[in-house]
Amino acid sequence: MNSIAIIGGGVAGLEAAAKLSKQGYAVTVIERSKCLGGRLTQWHALFPARKPAEPLLLRMISEIEGNVNVIMDAAVTGVEKDDDGFAITISNNRMITASALLLTTGFDIFDAGRKEEYGYGIYDNVITSVELEETFRSGRPLLTVKGNKPARIGFIHCVGSRDEKAGNPHCSKVCCVTAVKQAIEVKEMLPSSEVFLFYMDLRMFGRHFEELYKEAQFRYGIQFIRARLSEAFENPDGSLQIRIEDTLLAKPLKMSLDMMVLMVGIQPQKKPGNLTDMLGLARDTDGFLLQQDQYAAPFATQIPGLFFAGGITGPKTIEETLTEARAVSAEITNFLKHRENYASHEPYLMEL
Amino acid sequence: MKQEGKKKLWQEYQKEIATNNFFYVRSCVRQNFFPAAEQTFLRIMRESLGKTVRENPGHTTCTGIGYHCDVVPFNTTMTVIARQFALMTEAGLENLAVSCITSFGLYTEIIETWKHFPETEAKTREYLRKATGREFSIPTNLAHASDILYKLRHEVAARAVYPLVNQTTGKPLRVVEHIGCHYSKMFPHKGVGGAEYPYVLAGLVEALGGEIVDYPERRHCCGFGFRQYVVRANRGYSLSCSKKKFDSMEPYKPDLIITNCPGCPYFLDRWQYVISEMQGKTYGENGHGIPVFTYEELAGLVLGYDPWDIGLQTHQVSAEPLMIKMGVRFDPEKKYQGKNGVNMGRPKKPSHLRIDMDEIQQTPVTGYPIQMTI
Repeated sequence: MNSIAIIGGGVAGLEAAAKLSKQGYAVTVIERSKCLGGRLTQWHALFPARKPAEPLLLRMISEIEGNVNVIMDAAVTGVEKDDDGFAITISNNRMITASALLLTTGFDIFDAGRKEEYGYGIYDNVITSVELEETFRSGRPLLTVKGNKPARIGFIHCVGSRDEKAGNPHCSKVCCVTAVKQAIEVKEMLPSSEVFLFYMDLRMFGRHFEELYKEAQFRYGIQFIRARLSEAFENPDGSLQIRIEDTLLAKPLKMSLDMMVLMVGIQPQKKPGNLTDMLGLARDTDGFLLQQDQYAAPFATQIPGLFFAGGITGPKTIEETLTEARAVSAEITNFLKHRENYASHEPYLMEL
Repeated sequence: MKQEGKKKLWQEYQKEIATNNFFYVRSCVRQNFFPAAEQTFLRIMRESLGKTVRENPGHTTCTGIGYHCDVVPFNTTMTVIARQFALMTEAGLENLAVSCITSFGLYTEIIETWKHFPETEAKTREYLRKATGREFSIPTNLAHASDILYKLRHEVAARAVYPLVNQTTGKPLRVVEHIGCHYSKMFPHKGVGGAEYPYVLAGLVEALGGEIVDYPERRHCCGFGFRQYVVRANRGYSLSCSKKKFDSMEPYKPDLIITNCPGCPYFLDRWQYVISEMQGKTYGENGHGIPVFTYEELAGLVLGYDPWDIGLQTHQVSAEPLMIKMGVRFDPEKKYQGKNGVNMGRPKKPSHLRIDMDEIQQTPVTGYPIQMTI
């Protein structure tokens, strides 16, 4: 029987595993961490409808339970390819063989400490969007380090995104709407607080994103300032002084915040041991995995039987990742059924 | 503020700094601003630490101020600096110790330029050869003099006579550090601690017993910023920069300011007088200012050098309140006595900024000043 190995038990990996196991294939999910769900486990509520993330996660896990072989806390140390398929070596020299291999290893989050002038890791009340979401998830109140309710909270967009100096010229896509969602949640938690979003551009590309943005302004009184943060300092009382340029007024501004949330971007995995480099797969100019053809063969590599989906090719919403997972499952099924003359990886050349 | 966060960052910005056998290049303005600072560096290195430091009186300006004011072309600057390298090479030395921050930044910029554009280096060699017949080697180690004192900070601390400790309270002195822009803002990895949270002076101060005070406008310009001051019409901007810093650091009650740039100590010192004359505002204790030091002066003071030998009488803001806090023995009568023993005369008293020590009842020079009302 044809077997499929999926490296990465996040949103894309779980959804593909569920779909492929329903097709009757023997599926093994190899997950590096000790839990399934990947980035979904870090979310409290999902934009734009602000649906809780946990039921989705539990549903996805229940879909594979009993049907999929799951190996957790396992690092992939090597992958061999022969005519029959793949031999994947994981921790403790265990070996898994598969006719097709799907990479759903996702992306990394930008290390906010690299924007040294913003003071993450140094100033007490600078947090990342990931940490804010974790606070929502935990049910803890949002407090400053001194235990006070923050009266003024600022969200800084594009931290490590659209930033050539940080090595990430691309847009991380999901942070704009995440900031709007989180700002609303902060206002609900602390109705008397003032919430400011300092944005470069607002990219409300998805369905209902624009409505959420309008709601943030009209219903919640959240203030959007088109600005770039130059630097932040800590005041004697632990509050922050930020220096920004209002790019609509073309004027520098200075203001105080009790808490600053850095909307950290999404970046390609580049740490040693990442699978893209281990397998010698080509990266695109933005550092994410190179797609054979963005339109005709978005999920196939140059290696027959090796597929990928999800955040490995760039920033994506959970909705998009789920859609990709379903699409790649169809593609893998197609490959396994027609292996001899499978040719969807042939580049489709657009006549322009 | 999380100190461990800063320490983590400092780990990423370490640089190699030689410990001996230096060719020293002076600043063109420091000898006017703080006349004894460079001599104090040489004295610390040679007398206190036993290091070899050589100079050449034929050394010239690096052209830095002219370069940054767009009046000296880069090719000229490179050739002038190549000549400084030639003087070092002729002295048989490979480690260049630079007194001025702008020179240090410019030397770094030129060495980096040559690394990326070797043809530019070849051209500069040709210019220098044609103009002077000289050849040169690029320094093996390029360090600002404050880098060197940072590197040798524990050797200095081991010889400390008056550590940076308030002798009355036993607590570390609270020190504000100000780093010259050209130290690491252009090349963060060429500065100890990087550009955003430099450690070069913080490390020196900590080793000498003091405590660093971080404050909101720490990164703000001192007020020199060549075009702000050199262009006369912009001088109000220069003053407002300094004022912004003083207003920001005042709540932290710093005992002193330490700097590593020619311009910063000058402007942070002199503008305190100007602000006091304009607004009657003073920033130190009891109508005094916040004393401002170069790193060499402060190290010299800690090492027990006579404050008038290290030039503290040339400061606008009097250093005496700080010296008394540190327990430094000094003779107030000699403050205005020249090296030749002749009295230089006392400067006119400012309207508001207190510079006199008349209220301080000092014991004779043989004992410690114990009675003070500052």
